[in-house]
Amino acid sequence: MNAAHAAPRLVWNDPTWLDTLAAWLLALLWILPLAYAVWTAFHPAAFSTRFQLLAPLTLENFARAWEAAPFARYFLNTTLLVAMILALQLVLSTLAAYAFARWHFRGRDVAFALVLVQLMVMPDILLVENYKTMARLGLVDTLLAIGLPYFASAFAIFLLRQTFMGIPKELDEAARMEGASALQTLWRVYVPLARPVYTAFALVSVSYHWNNFLWPLIVTNSQNARPLTVGLQVFSSVDQGVDWSVITAATLMTSAPLLVAFLLFQRQFVQSFMRAGIK
Amino acid sequence: MRRADFLRATALNLLALPALWLSASSTAQAQTEVQFYYPVAVGGPIAKTIDGFAEGFMKANPGIKVTPIYAGTYQETIVKALTAHKSGTPPVTSVLLSTDMFTLIDEDAIVPFDGFVKTAEDKAWFNGFYKAFMLNSQSGGKTWGIPFQRSTVVMYWNKELFKEAGLDANKPPTTWAELKDVATKLTKKDASGKVTQYGVQIPSSGFPYWLFQTLTTTNGAILANDAGSQVKFDDPAVIQALQYWVDLGKAGVHPPGVVEWGTTPKDFFEKKAAIIYTTTGNLTNIRKNAGFDFGVAMIPGNKQKGSPTGGGNFYIFKKSTPAQQEAAFKFIQWITQPERAAQWSIDTGYVAVSPAAYETATLKKYGSEFPPALVARDQLPVSVAEFSTHDNQRVTKALNDGLQAALTGAKPADQAMKDAQREAERLLRGFK
Amino acid sequence: MTHAASSAGGSSLRAVHAWLMLLPALALLALFTHWPIVSTVVDSLHSTPKGARAVVWVGLENYESMAADPVFWKAVRNNLWFASATIPLSIGLALLMALWVNERIAGRAFLRMAYFTPTVLPMIAVANIWLFFYTPQYGLLEQVTGALGLPSHNWLGNPATALGAVTLVAIWKEAGFFMIFYLAALQSLNPSLREAAAIEGASRWYFFRRVQWPLLMPTTLFVLVNAFINAFRMVDHLFVLTRGGPDNASTLLLYHLYEVGFGFWDTAYAAAITVVLVAVLAGVALLQFFVFDRKVHYR
Repeated sequence: MNAAHAAPRLVWNDPTWLDTLAAWLLALLWILPLAYAVWTAFHPAAFSTRFQLLAPLTLENFARAWEAAPFARYFLNTTLLVAMILALQLVLSTLAAYAFARWHFRGRDVAFALVLVQLMVMPDILLVENYKTMARLGLVDTLLAIGLPYFASAFAIFLLRQTFMGIPKELDEAARMEGASALQTLWRVYVPLARPVYTAFALVSVSYHWNNFLWPLIVTNSQNARPLTVGLQVFSSVDQGVDWSVITAATLMTSAPLLVAFLLFQRQFVQSFMRAGIK
Repeated sequence: MRRADFLRATALNLLALPALWLSASSTAQAQTEVQFYYPVAVGGPIAKTIDGFAEGFMKANPGIKVTPIYAGTYQETIVKALTAHKSGTPPVTSVLLSTDMFTLIDEDAIVPFDGFVKTAEDKAWFNGFYKAFMLNSQSGGKTWGIPFQRSTVVMYWNKELFKEAGLDANKPPTTWAELKDVATKLTKKDASGKVTQYGVQIPSSGFPYWLFQTLTTTNGAILANDAGSQVKFDDPAVIQALQYWVDLGKAGVHPPGVVEWGTTPKDFFEKKAAIIYTTTGNLTNIRKNAGFDFGVAMIPGNKQKGSPTGGGNFYIFKKSTPAQQEAAFKFIQWITQPERAAQWSIDTGYVAVSPAAYETATLKKYGSEFPPALVARDQLPVSVAEFSTHDNQRVTKALNDGLQAALTGAKPADQAMKDAQREAERLLRGFK
Repeated sequence: MTHAASSAGGSSLRAVHAWLMLLPALALLALFTHWPIVSTVVDSLHSTPKGARAVVWVGLENYESMAADPVFWKAVRNNLWFASATIPLSIGLALLMALWVNERIAGRAFLRMAYFTPTVLPMIAVANIWLFFYTPQYGLLEQVTGALGLPSHNWLGNPATALGAVTLVAIWKEAGFFMIFYLAALQSLNPSLREAAAIEGASRWYFFRRVQWPLLMPTTLFVLVNAFINAFRMVDHLFVLTRGGPDNASTLLLYHLYEVGFGFWDTAYAAAITVVLVAVLAGVALLQFFVFDRKVHYR
């Protein structure tokens, strides 16, 4: 029955040494920038371009980076921003997805098409106009200004609608028979079942908004609402003469939370995507 | 019932957020608040010095709160300032490029300083700046900017490398021909013919037009008129200057392609370039990090000596209250006093903005201990205004693109400049 | 009490409920996506307000200057080239990475982390690192090519290589992100498929081509759309690496838009460029909607 012999690489065989070598080479290449950042951040400036193994280690770059710009404030801004955006995205998109998934009403398809427009045409593209809107609302240089265009997330609505549509109607009817209102059904039946999707989406949203740059650049002017990305760029602007030691120290500081979180929760991350069934 | 509560809570939170933010921004009405954006285009812990200045001023003037806000490069700072102005809440004052003057006037964003100068003391201070720096600060008979971090381009040379090449370490080149000659001797190649050390390096990224002015001025050409409404890129002297730059690259004594401004000091430290052209504002940074003996000299001349001035002025924005404008004026006056200007010059390498500053004890001492600090000032008599026109960012971009095209070999020098001239004329049509 | 009976009387009430639930999301979308699109089109047909000068109707003048502007066409060409390079390469690499990490390769956890790290780092931060890699004479790439005896090169300062250099950074950033989608999809494939293939003595390539690839189609489609959008959105690295230069060799549409809108403050012209961008993206959106529509029917 088992006709496997050594020559053809069968499905059931372990990966070959060629695979392993190639995968590792690619991985080393991929991690090179981070490795360089770690090297440079922990060594004095003279070694930022020279890679002598026995060079002395130092924490001075981190101290200098921390002093050179109000990173504490930037951290606070970014954390608040990301949390605010995520919270509102979840609430708004849950409501909208529920309406799309479980209700039949006139204009539903048109409304859904309108939502899909944002999938392709993100607020970033409409910089100029959105900036004018913020100016008119008097919100320039606030966290709200950064977050507002993103609160309604077409991506989330799309994902959740798909998920909600896949939940068996019997559960819905069972809850209704117990006298639950629409919103209660939503909370008790749909939301718990869609948890993997929420997790997956939260991960995407947090990572996207933590790293968002162009829109916050335009809509913030001062430290009040400046997030980490803008702070980092302003801090490391090339005109000054590039000092890689301090820049990489600052980079590591600002990326540390996400990096650590990912390192700790890698498997859950992948698993949640799997269960979310993003296919 | 939990759902209704949940939704209600969310709705309340949504409504509360704007209230929170609006209230946070309108506290502290007791003091006059003066926010100002400042850029940094030179290496070093500049932010600390500025913060120190702000604190010193606030101690001497308790009713005024000065908040310095670091805004990045000059280009980023003007974007932020204009963005803020257009949304109705500009900073009260800001340090911006002296060349942004026309743009700011056209956007109706700034007020002239003349109205604030009242007492005899004010007048003395007002007239006490170097004339060269006032060139980009005045228009239509009014003064729109007060010099703060001003500079000229200077030439730094590595004395050690000069000695190695058998050249007199204390005799830098003073003419174009000498520069080419010296650069050839300083260019080192390794066994495979690859260049390990370039003789001379003139950066061409970011704002190549400024470095280009070191070549046009010394060739007797002026790129723009005082009113900022006409440019002359296709003047034969200008094309000749560009050709000289391109030829340096072709001769292999200057790095090929577009040379990055930001890494040029580092290139100097790493001994990848023996001679560099960069702002005097990098002097303190280079002094601290060079690790070898170096010299600073005026830009080598051709038909004459010369350099563009550069750097930033203080501007006062229109959309602030009269009290804020007065407070800003006070601050600007304070920070450009000779003692402060001297301190600023020592900390950065920028030229102190008034002759009086050079008469202070601190700067006199510093200048005698470290003569390179005086080179940029000594170059002022032959310095010209920095290139500036209406719609400045756009016209400058046309020039920059042309320069980069020529330096990368994409276009011959005369073609590049003629195209840039055509584009600039189209842009300036409305301002004649 | 059936569903139908309860719905007959309350259908209009339910419609109201439904619209209420949609309202916040739709309102925000209207304010920040739909209305700006309309207003951008309107703006592009007028002149730019400047100081005291009022706004006037100029018809298609902005589009005419756009069509005559070589920098605009450079940006378009660059963006198309950028898209045609990043999309297949980042997806291809993502698939490859996912296949590898899915196997029993030594050190999978490290591999997975290495591939995904670029995603968690902000582009603006890593751009500085890549600036070092590309720096001529002592940058990392230079040190490597020097050790190999290859000639020196100014990657970012040469119009022939600037766009390519910038594209490489984008691919590096994206591939790991798409890998996660593929990995999740691969891991949710029925393991009995593999067993069946093994019993039949199928090769790995055969298994991939005939079983995995077709089953991954939905993921590929999804990732494709994302990659396409990103090809027009990813400009953060330009701010640090090249600023669009040299001589616009590496400028992209969105960066050009930023320059015109916030550098030159020519907001009407910027609106015209925005319209072009939106048209391109909307065109693909329509395509996607129809394709996805068909996909939905399949299920």
